[in-house]
Amino acid sequence: MEEAIFEERRDQIHRTGEGPFALACNRDSLAGAVSQRACVFCGSRVVLYPIADALHLVHGPIGCAVYTWDIRGALSSGPQLHRLSFSTDLQEKDVIFGGEKKLKAALLELIARYKPNAAFVYATCIVGIIGDDVGAVCRDVAATTGIPVIPVQSEGFKGNKREGYAAACKAMFRLAGTGDTAGISPVSVNILGDFNLAGEIWIIREYFRRMGVEVVANITGDGRVADIQRCHGAALNVVQCSGSTMELAQMMQERFGTPFLRVSYLGIEDMADSLYAVADHFKDRDPGIVERTQDLVREELANLLPKLKQYRKDLEGKKVAVYVGGAFKAFSLIKAFRHLGMKVVLVGSQTGTKEDYEELAAICDPGTVIVDDSNPLELSKYVKELDVDLFVGGVKERPIAHKLGVGFCDHNHERKEALEGFVGMLNFAKEVHASATSPIWRFVPRREAMAKANATTVARRAAGGEGL
Amino acid sequence: MSDSPYVSTTNACKLCTPLGAALAFRGVEGAIPFLHGSQGCATYMRRYIISHFREPMDIASSALGEKQAVFGGGPNLKKGILNVMSKYGATVVGVASTCLTETIGDDVPRLLAEFRKEFADLPLPEIVSVSTPSYSGTHMEGWHAATAALASQLVREKLPAERRINLLPGFVSPADLRYFKEILADYGVSATVLPDISETMDRPALLDYEKLPAGGTKLADIRAMSAALGTIACGRAEHTAESAGANLERRFGVKNIRVGIPIGIRETDAFFDALEELSGSPMPEKYASERGKLVDAYVDGHKYLAGKRAIVYGEEDMVIAMVAFLAEIGVKPILAATGAKCRNFKQALAEVTADLLPEPPEAREGVDFHDIAEQASELAPDLLVGHSKGYRYAKDMGVPLVRVGFPIHDRFGGQRLLHVGYRGTQALFDLLVNTILERKQEDSAVGYGYL
Repeated sequence: MEEAIFEERRDQIHRTGEGPFALACNRDSLAGAVSQRACVFCGSRVVLYPIADALHLVHGPIGCAVYTWDIRGALSSGPQLHRLSFSTDLQEKDVIFGGEKKLKAALLELIARYKPNAAFVYATCIVGIIGDDVGAVCRDVAATTGIPVIPVQSEGFKGNKREGYAAACKAMFRLAGTGDTAGISPVSVNILGDFNLAGEIWIIREYFRRMGVEVVANITGDGRVADIQRCHGAALNVVQCSGSTMELAQMMQERFGTPFLRVSYLGIEDMADSLYAVADHFKDRDPGIVERTQDLVREELANLLPKLKQYRKDLEGKKVAVYVGGAFKAFSLIKAFRHLGMKVVLVGSQTGTKEDYEELAAICDPGTVIVDDSNPLELSKYVKELDVDLFVGGVKERPIAHKLGVGFCDHNHERKEALEGFVGMLNFAKEVHASATSPIWRFVPRREAMAKANATTVARRAAGGEGL
Repeated sequence: MSDSPYVSTTNACKLCTPLGAALAFRGVEGAIPFLHGSQGCATYMRRYIISHFREPMDIASSALGEKQAVFGGGPNLKKGILNVMSKYGATVVGVASTCLTETIGDDVPRLLAEFRKEFADLPLPEIVSVSTPSYSGTHMEGWHAATAALASQLVREKLPAERRINLLPGFVSPADLRYFKEILADYGVSATVLPDISETMDRPALLDYEKLPAGGTKLADIRAMSAALGTIACGRAEHTAESAGANLERRFGVKNIRVGIPIGIRETDAFFDALEELSGSPMPEKYASERGKLVDAYVDGHKYLAGKRAIVYGEEDMVIAMVAFLAEIGVKPILAATGAKCRNFKQALAEVTADLLPEPPEAREGVDFHDIAEQASELAPDLLVGHSKGYRYAKDMGVPLVRVGFPIHDRFGGQRLLHVGYRGTQALFDLLVNTILERKQEDSAVGYGYL
């Protein structure tokens, strides 16, 4: 089965416990390898798109805009502008003569039509090649319309998703520090790196409300331009999905002195730890906050734990493969699965860093396979070899799991179930349980074959054959 | 009135060219689609296609980075092909270009010629290439261009005549393709259906993850297209590039008959007429019976549909075919819209509705959903007919959406949806009537248990 692995990728795969940990990462994807990765544009689109009262105009041929039209579950409590797909839809003549005029006309047209509070212009591959001065057009249109018009340097070929995150952070940083910060509580945060998939940010905001913490800006789920403009008035940045928004937090620390905390809202410990860390940060300003947070966690756990137990009964001992976009989510998932009695035997990400993978290796059980920038051939090889019961990933991983007769949990930007917070842990357990324990797996050819092989062994043993 | 009053595009009613090419290549046995461009294109298209078919869709990429964008993508293209050869064991590699590689000026045919020379000692797969700059045309042009590339690059010589028919089915569902193949088999002819995604994009559960899904048009069958009695090309929309059917006719004298996508009685009749003409055999009784039952259903259901006003949108060929069908069952297509542009859209709509409607539906090309919605608000339709992308608009208008074509990713079973032939028309007819009935029942204060 070794033939599933490309020679060039051998050092991007590691089995914990087999030699000292070393994993190559942050490389360009191998040509012809069917990487699960997207591109720079994808990275910036993921991060910025949930800002619901901004115009998101994709400058390029139609594909980049259509493939990202409302594919993600970032919900808004108000405007829905982010759910539309805008493109300059470049045609051959634009490519030859340059797309700047069209971009300007498109911006003026769309800003007049939708009256957004800001506009983001995403540069795609081709814009980088034909050399349109997106920045100049943006400045020009900003001057005419009086709203911030911000270029996002997201040419697809300039790296992978990570570079896209950086481009998005740079774009947002141009908004930060431009609004009025009067009236903001000294016990206040910005929520960074949460995209309000299935309304998750609303769960987190409610926890903060109960703790007595004011949320200044959601960056970016259910985000608003005006909030981001005054986000430098918050006392603390709490950063989830550090891959995507850590850079913004760092820039804010440098410019505005805003400290930040890395958090995760997935799973029990990580959720509780994150709230405690925030409480701890503010305990000098608000002595009651620690107790309120403890009460909150106690109350939520008292409700959650008995229900989880029910699911755990059926899930104990099952094996899981995790392949996600960013490595940080994988940490929380490994811990969350431990609460369900399940064992992660494969873990990987599209864009993990050296530090991410080292940390991952440290918390994984021996024998766990760790992969960077994997592909269908490798993933299917390990699903079979490790006899996985459940796969966690996104749309592109789903058919790999399903074809191999393995349960699946969508833990990506398209999910429709909230998986964050304590209630999210319960939803997660429910979904994992629903898939991993479904009766349908017994009809899947691979499982049927395995069951048959087992039955034969059992029969042989019963008949006094081998193994006794 | 100009077809595109706006500069910008809002919620496009089309997809980009390479997607169509990648899907068409998936319809050839042992083929792997390969996009020459940056990694994101392949990944996005995989995601998009998977969400409709719920099948694996491995698309390789030359994964160009900044360096290659400056110095050319040739080395990555070659390396990538070697990699898919070694790991996928592909016997055909279908290379489609993207906006990036078209614009940096990579000459793919030349690079492939170099590749063949450089690695002449290896057992090389067939490599078919197609130029699909995404700033020109839509996924349908990509589909047709890839189909034409397969015919023009793989059919190399005139083979001795056989009792054989070529079918260029257009972009229809796997279920449609299976039905097409059943029909051809019932005519007792050998056939090449190109491309054929009937099995590759609708697979059974199997023991293993297939690197290359079984099924697809066989290479030998593609070669034999020059031996055919003729080609039936489905789809009335005319594009500027030479089609596969026209190519085979020009090079090998294989008669090319163009029909619409056979939806509705008249368009299906035309399809069977073409089959009869080429094969010399009459329509098998089975299909005469299907046709009779369909007419019977038309009669039984006509009152529920009479005078209903529909907006139809989507791929140009599918729109024309749906309009042909709706017109003959008494539904009034009031707007036929597509994001694509073709030479004869308006004319084709007039042809298929001639003597059925007092006037053809308004034809709009190169439009997006913003245009469609703007016009729809004045038209007061009773229903929308098209793919999933119209869902929000249908919801806002408070009218039902009958899902046909591609993509269908907010419902299950898009790949199993039967549109073509008398049987497919029957399925669509039932779906339409039931959609109208369901709405009527919902709108009724008391509901009702009998029609």
